[in-house]
Amino acid sequence: MTQSQGPAGAAQAAVHGHAPSGFIRKYVFSLDHKVIGIQYYFLALTAVCVGMILSLAMRLHMVWPEASIPFFGVLKPEQYLTLMTMHGTIMVFFVLTTAPQSGFGNYFLPIQIGAPDMAFPTLNMLSFWTTFLSFAVMIAAFFVAGGAPLSGWTNYPTLSAIPMAGPGEGLGEDLWLISIALFCVASMMGALNFITTTLDLRAKGMTLMRMPLTCWSWFITAILGLLAFGVLLAGGILLLMDRNLGTSFFVPGGLMVSGVPVQHSGGSPLLWQHLFWFFGHPEVYIAILPGMGVASQLLSTFSRKPIFGYRAMVYAMMSIGILGFMVWGHHMFMSGMSPYSAFAFSFMTMAIGVPSAIKTFNWLGTMWKGKIRFTPPMLFAIGFVSLFVSGGLSGPFLAQPAIDIPLHDTYFVVAHFHLIMGVAAIFGIFAATYYWFPKMYGRMMNDALGKIHFVITFIGAYCIFMPMHYLGMAGNPRRYSQFTEVKYLAPLIPIHKFITYAAIITVTAQLIFLFNLFWSMKKGKKAEQNPWEATTLEWTTATPPPHDNFGGVTPVVYHGPYEYSVPGAAKDYIMQTDPAPVPAH
Amino acid sequence: MGLALLLIIWLITFLSSYFFVAHAWWPHAISASAPYIDHQWHLTFIAMGVVFIAAQVALGLVVFRYRDRGDSARASYSHGNNKLELTWTVLTAILFLGLNAIGSPIWAAERFQPADQGAMKVEVTGLQFAWYFRYPGADGKFGNTRPELEDASLGGLSALGVDPADPASKDDVVSGVLVLPVNREVDLTLRAQDVIHSFFVPAMRFKQDAVPGLMIHMHFRPEQTGDYEIACAELCGLGHYKMHGIMRVVSEPDFEKWLAEREADKQ
Amino acid sequence: MATLTPTLTVKQPKSRHGGGGDIPHYPGGGGGGGRGDEFPDYGERLRRCRLGLAVGIAPIVMLFVAFSSAYLVRQGLASWDLRTNSYINDWAPLRLPTLLLVINTCFLLLSSITMEFARRQASRLAVIAPVTAMPGIADDETSGFPWLGVTVALGIGFLAGQVLAWRQMEMSGFFMSSNPSSSFFYLLTGAHALHLLGGVIALTYAGITVWMKRPPEARHIVVDVTAWYWHFMALLWLYIFALLEIAR
Repeated sequence: MTQSQGPAGAAQAAVHGHAPSGFIRKYVFSLDHKVIGIQYYFLALTAVCVGMILSLAMRLHMVWPEASIPFFGVLKPEQYLTLMTMHGTIMVFFVLTTAPQSGFGNYFLPIQIGAPDMAFPTLNMLSFWTTFLSFAVMIAAFFVAGGAPLSGWTNYPTLSAIPMAGPGEGLGEDLWLISIALFCVASMMGALNFITTTLDLRAKGMTLMRMPLTCWSWFITAILGLLAFGVLLAGGILLLMDRNLGTSFFVPGGLMVSGVPVQHSGGSPLLWQHLFWFFGHPEVYIAILPGMGVASQLLSTFSRKPIFGYRAMVYAMMSIGILGFMVWGHHMFMSGMSPYSAFAFSFMTMAIGVPSAIKTFNWLGTMWKGKIRFTPPMLFAIGFVSLFVSGGLSGPFLAQPAIDIPLHDTYFVVAHFHLIMGVAAIFGIFAATYYWFPKMYGRMMNDALGKIHFVITFIGAYCIFMPMHYLGMAGNPRRYSQFTEVKYLAPLIPIHKFITYAAIITVTAQLIFLFNLFWSMKKGKKAEQNPWEATTLEWTTATPPPHDNFGGVTPVVYHGPYEYSVPGAAKDYIMQTDPAPVPAH
Repeated sequence: MGLALLLIIWLITFLSSYFFVAHAWWPHAISASAPYIDHQWHLTFIAMGVVFIAAQVALGLVVFRYRDRGDSARASYSHGNNKLELTWTVLTAILFLGLNAIGSPIWAAERFQPADQGAMKVEVTGLQFAWYFRYPGADGKFGNTRPELEDASLGGLSALGVDPADPASKDDVVSGVLVLPVNREVDLTLRAQDVIHSFFVPAMRFKQDAVPGLMIHMHFRPEQTGDYEIACAELCGLGHYKMHGIMRVVSEPDFEKWLAEREADKQ
Repeated sequence: MATLTPTLTVKQPKSRHGGGGDIPHYPGGGGGGGRGDEFPDYGERLRRCRLGLAVGIAPIVMLFVAFSSAYLVRQGLASWDLRTNSYINDWAPLRLPTLLLVINTCFLLLSSITMEFARRQASRLAVIAPVTAMPGIADDETSGFPWLGVTVALGIGFLAGQVLAWRQMEMSGFFMSSNPSSSFFYLLTGAHALHLLGGVIALTYAGITVWMKRPPEARHIVVDVTAWYWHFMALLWLYIFALLEIAR
């Protein structure tokens, strides 16, 4: 270790040494990025439990529409749609956006680049509490008259613009929009912090091209969030105005809903779809990019091999980010949008396949001739690659408008986005949890439980989502609360039953994870400073890291993040702070 | 663990692929354009299937082959290979963009050209939660509708609010079943009266949203007689799951007979 | 696979902060970004806050880009009206209270100029702060021209003028829901006014810090960052005004 502690460092120690001591300042309104990261993580954990219970209730209702479901009773079709809407919203915003980026990013971005905290700690705290408020408002929508909205997480008007159009489209819908607007503001504050921190707070020697790929993924994700959430906010404001101030942005003239004339004129529902998907597609990458970063980091660490094509990985993430802003129209091939624009959107979408393929090849290349250690985080990283391939390869079907005609809005789409954006991203979160838990809590998570959890979840996820492709091909539309009315769906019910059984098992298996998480916090084996023999900066500091991350010393970085198995070196890894020579490459 | 992982990944890959081909998942196709769409599907399916199997098999193999065997040998030290990187970039670009180029004319044929001259006009209206089909009658013109006349409980012309004062509406026929003559091009006009619906006929490989504020023109040609189901594919509210209908393709004489009967019923 | 070159080289760490000799320069300097009350390295903090502002302007730009594209799309939109059985475009060109808006614009531009003076004044005070902090050294400039106050006054003047403009619009029959053009008028001007109000609050806070005896460096950072934000708000207003005037 060559962390030099000069006079400046000592002065820093004096400044940072004393952490706030009161409970409120330390754990509730904390300015410490590590505490905020954990707050985000537990918010996401709460949200994922809610979202998962909702999905289980949905699965049960779909195959046994008459059955009474524990805690829910017999669901009505509109209640099913409410659960579906809230499941999607909670999972996309409060889990997939919150845990990998705001949770782990907050905790580990500053440490991995050698900074004592985020650039703007107060803003960071504000951003968390705004997210929390947003979540509270979202949950409140369940409990108001009419309940939560039923218009899906995509919230298309005119269904979402007219209170009469369905139960939940009254106050519940307004709360939904307010919650999303708050979430947008919180995410923009968070993104601002991530970008400034990455640009301005890197330690000496930590050039951009020496950053761990996790940092690159958080950085690029932050840029996507910064640009995308403003557009969703704009759309949300317009929709709130249509609903409450009598404007007509999205609602055309002469509509009748439930026998009541609608007092709007001249608007277009497609305008919302454009605004929504201009945000919505980058949002997909906001969810998955941090997972890619974590997978890259872990595959290299546990294969004991440098990452294959570091620069290619960075450029691939950048091109995914840039192309992500040009493809929103592929969600709208059937919407009545100009069929000519479909050509451009389709071309760009297929082009995204290229950087995605580069990443997959490079992951395989990283493991090739490696020395793979099957720890729980590594298993989830390998699972991530497998799921990313499976979920990614259904993309080119949906990206071609001609094939999208029969597949659009069927279970084929459900399978596609759940595999790639849902389960793959969740695997990224699991991998990150198992990997960083020792650093965060000073104890190891149980290895055997982790492996059991992986095997059940991996097989379970495939059992749930792979058959949905077949359902989609057979023409099973999404968002149906039951399959008894449309005749050609009846023969597909056994497949739905299989999926439901798989879902019950998989969801139950998550209790193993929850038990492991909480049990290990108290009873887990004590963790060493660097249990995985990894090279990045978080493993150079104490476990758990002190208030200012490095205890007053200032890390200096000498080379890239993935120097494993360097020939001639004493150990099979060289820390980033180790001035030992590495071969030029 | 390496072997277990190899087996799990390979088994998942094998079973997933097997069930894709073991059963004819697609509904029997009866439209003129369906063979082209199905062909493009198969082409993409073969390409993606090969990539899927190759990638998963390779993943399983690599994971097993390069597991830590507990010996003292180190992993190979390599930061990558630009030539390989370039190769697979170019190859995947050719694959993906090539597929896109092959598929584009099918979309163009579906959506760029208007319906043939002399195609039969049908207006499709989606409303919560039913499909209504209107035939223009002998004059070939749809009569005007007025929202204030709409009454879904009465069904038929009243559900759409067809204005009886409009001369063009005199011979309009409204049906809850989409009856079509076989082998004749149909010029569809899609509209919605409340929220967005999506007109989905799996057997025709046809889908198009019906959007409030738009009159969307589409065309297709059924080539086999029989009853085929229509579903709604865009979330439209609590009755979304039961918003379905029947498309009945009949011979030309049967169709003329049916239409004449409906005209007579109206009188 | 990469060939292994026999020469092993140690890469010297490169610092983006111009090298720091043997003592590494700690970039997270200062109060760690607002932690504690000490501001030992305010130059770092100033630079970081400016960077943060530059980044923070991006989502505001995106918000208004989204509003503008909705504006242009909605303006050219023909949507099928079930009452008339035809495609209609119901956009009615606005009659803007142009004279009033021009006066408001003058207020805002003038405030941008005084803002710049205030920024430079604050910067000067911050630079000489270490000297004036010494006992026995008086500073004549502390009681200089109240540029900050003038800017806040002009800003509030602009906001009041905008409220007046809304009143005038209402009097000529353009309410929020009258027509998409007036909806967008209220939306764009309202969103801009809200953002400017944020600037006014920040400046007021900076003014209050004088009484709170906060160090001039801290005030300078607030004033400096708000000044750039303020100039951006002036530019944004010019853009909105031009959009409303040109694309009626």
